[in-house]
Amino acid sequence: MTPEPHWQILLNSALVNNFVLAWFLGICPFLGVSNKVGTASRMGAAVTFVMLVTALATWGINMLLDTVGAPYLRLIAFIAVIASTVQLVEMFIKKTSPALFKALGIFLPLITTNCAILGLALLQTNKGYDLGRAIIFALGSGLGFTLALVLMAGVRERLELADMPDLVKGTAASLAVAGILSVAFMGFAGLGS
Amino acid sequence: MSSSSPPTTTDEFIKGLWRENPVFVQVLGMCPTLAVTNSAVNAVAMGLATTFVLVMSNLAISAIRRFVPKQVRIVTYILLIATFVTVVDYAIAAISLPLHKALGAFISLIVVNCIILGRAEAFAGKNPILPSLADGLGMGIGFTGALLTLGVVREVLGMGTLFGVALFPAAFQPWVIMVLPAGGFFTLSAWMLVFNALRRRQRALSEPA
Repeated sequence: MTPEPHWQILLNSALVNNFVLAWFLGICPFLGVSNKVGTASRMGAAVTFVMLVTALATWGINMLLDTVGAPYLRLIAFIAVIASTVQLVEMFIKKTSPALFKALGIFLPLITTNCAILGLALLQTNKGYDLGRAIIFALGSGLGFTLALVLMAGVRERLELADMPDLVKGTAASLAVAGILSVAFMGFAGLGS
Repeated sequence: MSSSSPPTTTDEFIKGLWRENPVFVQVLGMCPTLAVTNSAVNAVAMGLATTFVLVMSNLAISAIRRFVPKQVRIVTYILLIATFVTVVDYAIAAISLPLHKALGAFISLIVVNCIILGRAEAFAGKNPILPSLADGLGMGIGFTGALLTLGVVREVLGMGTLFGVALFPAAFQPWVIMVLPAGGFFTLSAWMLVFNALRRRQRALSEPA
């Protein structure tokens, strides 16, 4: 099997196999932080950054664990690395941009339990990507996540003004919108293959 | 069962089933809820795996709650949870390889299921072992039940089968969309509506007019 070309990985991870709408990874922030377009795009940027660092770190861990011959430690090592990366990013943002730090609030530390990040680490391992492909994959996934979040936020900003029965407001309406977005993204199927 | 008396172990068990159901009331653990419910078998397997991790982590965390410094508790919890998830991952691979394939990365992703860390932080870290066990078991069964309601609807409509058994005559045209990702969103949205309506009626009945 010839390795996938880089552009195909980028296209696949961002659109065809969108993390949120096709693989159900990162649903919690997708429903939680998609009220406003501004917050959504900043959240997307933070997640993309953590994804890039995680991709780099997990690639190293994989090499190490394969040499030592302890694949059963993979999950524990991944989660420890992700938790410390998020901590690092948090301290960095707090130091350089207190305003952004305030805007992201509780959702910054919660990136640790965002399954999109751990999912990325695991998928990258399963697919056996080399370093370059892993970075491209992380970039594409981050872009796809941001795109889904921003699209959702745009729809929800409009929904705020819509006249809906009380019963439907909230989670039920958001999920229905997510379903329709997911159908729209099905149109990308076959694009990158 | 009045709210003034201290909750018994049975109460801790029952609340996860309905009143504080993790999926429909607390809206936690959405990723596995949507991802692995395209068939009833997958839903049950995922539910049981999560229940095991939930019970074990609740037990362990409750047992060590006095020895863990407050600052490092989250890291301690998540490493404990990751250990139990690794156990489940290897156990499922040993029991049924096709099932392990069907659930894919989502077994490992139990680690970041917010229900588990949520119960550890909100309950097991503060309560003795027995109530924590009951809490974990109740939440786990509530979660499994919720997954099953989704899995049954999606499998019946999307493939015309239930637990692999064909339900309809051959002329039935399956709604393929229901087993695709979009179907997950739609089904969960519809169930949310049903449960909102039920809860509202319950509240209306319990309040004096």
